Amino acid sequence: MADDIWILGITMTKFGKHPDKDVVDLGAEAALAALADAGVTMKDMGVLAAGNLMNASAGFGQQLQKQIGQTGIPVYNVANACATGATALRTVIMAVKAGECDMGLAVGVEKLAGAGLLGANGPKSDKKVFEPSGRFGAVTNTDGRIGTNTMPGVFAQVGMEYGHKYGGTSFELFARISEKNHAHSTLNPLAAYTKKMTLEEIMNDIMIAYPNTRPMCSANCDGAAAAVVVSGEKLKTLSLEQQRRAVKVSASVLTSDPWQEACQVLPDVNTLTRMAATQAYEQAGVSPQDLDLVELHDCFATAELVHYDNLMLCEQGGAVDFFNSGAPFRDGSLPVNVSGGLQSKGHPISATGIANIWEICHHLRGEAGDRQIEGAKVGLAHVIGLGSACGVHILEKSALAA
Amino acid sequence: MAAAVPIVDYLVLGDDPHLVAHECTGCGARFFDRRNACASCSGTEFQDVRIATTGELKAFTIVAFAAPGVPVPFVAGVIDCDGTSVRGNVINVEPDPDHVHLGMKVKLATYVVGTDDEGTEAIGFGFEPIEN
Repeated sequence: MADDIWILGITMTKFGKHPDKDVVDLGAEAALAALADAGVTMKDMGVLAAGNLMNASAGFGQQLQKQIGQTGIPVYNVANACATGATALRTVIMAVKAGECDMGLAVGVEKLAGAGLLGANGPKSDKKVFEPSGRFGAVTNTDGRIGTNTMPGVFAQVGMEYGHKYGGTSFELFARISEKNHAHSTLNPLAAYTKKMTLEEIMNDIMIAYPNTRPMCSANCDGAAAAVVVSGEKLKTLSLEQQRRAVKVSASVLTSDPWQEACQVLPDVNTLTRMAATQAYEQAGVSPQDLDLVELHDCFATAELVHYDNLMLCEQGGAVDFFNSGAPFRDGSLPVNVSGGLQSKGHPISATGIANIWEICHHLRGEAGDRQIEGAKVGLAHVIGLGSACGVHILEKSALAA
Repeated sequence: MAAAVPIVDYLVLGDDPHLVAHECTGCGARFFDRRNACASCSGTEFQDVRIATTGELKAFTIVAFAAPGVPVPFVAGVIDCDGTSVRGNVINVEPDPDHVHLGMKVKLATYVVGTDDEGTEAIGFGFEPIEN
């Protein structure tokens, strides 16, 4: 069994619109770039885990191999909603940690530009004769009649529920969180949107599901990300340059949602995140105060707020105060989503859970250019896939790095 | 009077419309859908329990953009009915933030969702503000 796990190479493509590339093109671009970044080839890989949620049954991993190298290694095609990328990475980490191989590749890709509203059940016309069907014995479509299935609406309620419990939230507060992330994105050349937006522009934009306006929702776009994982033992046999740029995976955790009252009424994205964070801090032997930056799953502005609390970046119930203190701004005490987050960098579902780790690695390696968080040594990346799955990774700079 | 069916099987119609939940006899967890076993304790025995028809709005959103065919705007929310969380719309209220607020007291109300080709009405439910 491998003692420690490292990211040897990692990359993300430009997020945005890629009309001239299919998912395999984008996945191959990310995979080949991650291998090049690691200074290795497909022949060195002992396992491949791949995610492409919108074509989850298509065998994307094998399609990718046809383009980048069919070496006969095991392929795990994974699907875990918006946590698909983190699940691919976690799968490779488990294989390396178990000692089945000493290197592996994780890839996540999605083409979502122009996908529109996710979660909406679509237009089912009312039946001509009412007959109960399904687990609720429904005689007709219930979306919009008994609550909402749309993602902006679900996550709006998640933020509002927090406000009801602890107070202090408002439409303006949520909009200011979005304003922060849009401002952060201006320094990220790979973000889908890099336009600074004023609070007024955000609040006066099209309302999707109160209190989330359009710029407060994650941006559907195309993109891919990939990572090469290596065991600590194998890393020692590689060049000093590879060892210097390698980033230590101090914690890798995946959880699902444990039963809670109301969790089947409104998805509970809190408990499994808190569980994952607790396990990750314990595994890594670090506390939230040790973190230099965090990339968390701001699929909607209303979601970012609750995750300050769930990841224990603040005291329980203290998320509003944490934000108002300026802490999560890039010049604050604990910068959150300096990439621009899902609202501005974009959210090509399966790529997200690796792209957020790329962002952390980029800073830990001191390669983040204009948006570099100076002196970053430890970072945390978090994703949530509704249904639910939560991935938390804690990453640390190599002691060999300058 | 036209025949009527509830929009979902956990809505009980009649003179005193109310919701029922399947309660796990082992741990007390409550569910509105058909169960194979309890998500909380894996028990397989359930009894039907009546859910309070009044409650407090503990989360909501005002959906302005939905799937085609779903009329907007509408208020979707979670209502705490005496300790049991219920998913439903807030109805008979202006769907704007000036008229809907967290913590507001609401009560169950029913309405006709539609009529099928045999003249049967589907009855839906929502929660309306309790007037002060």
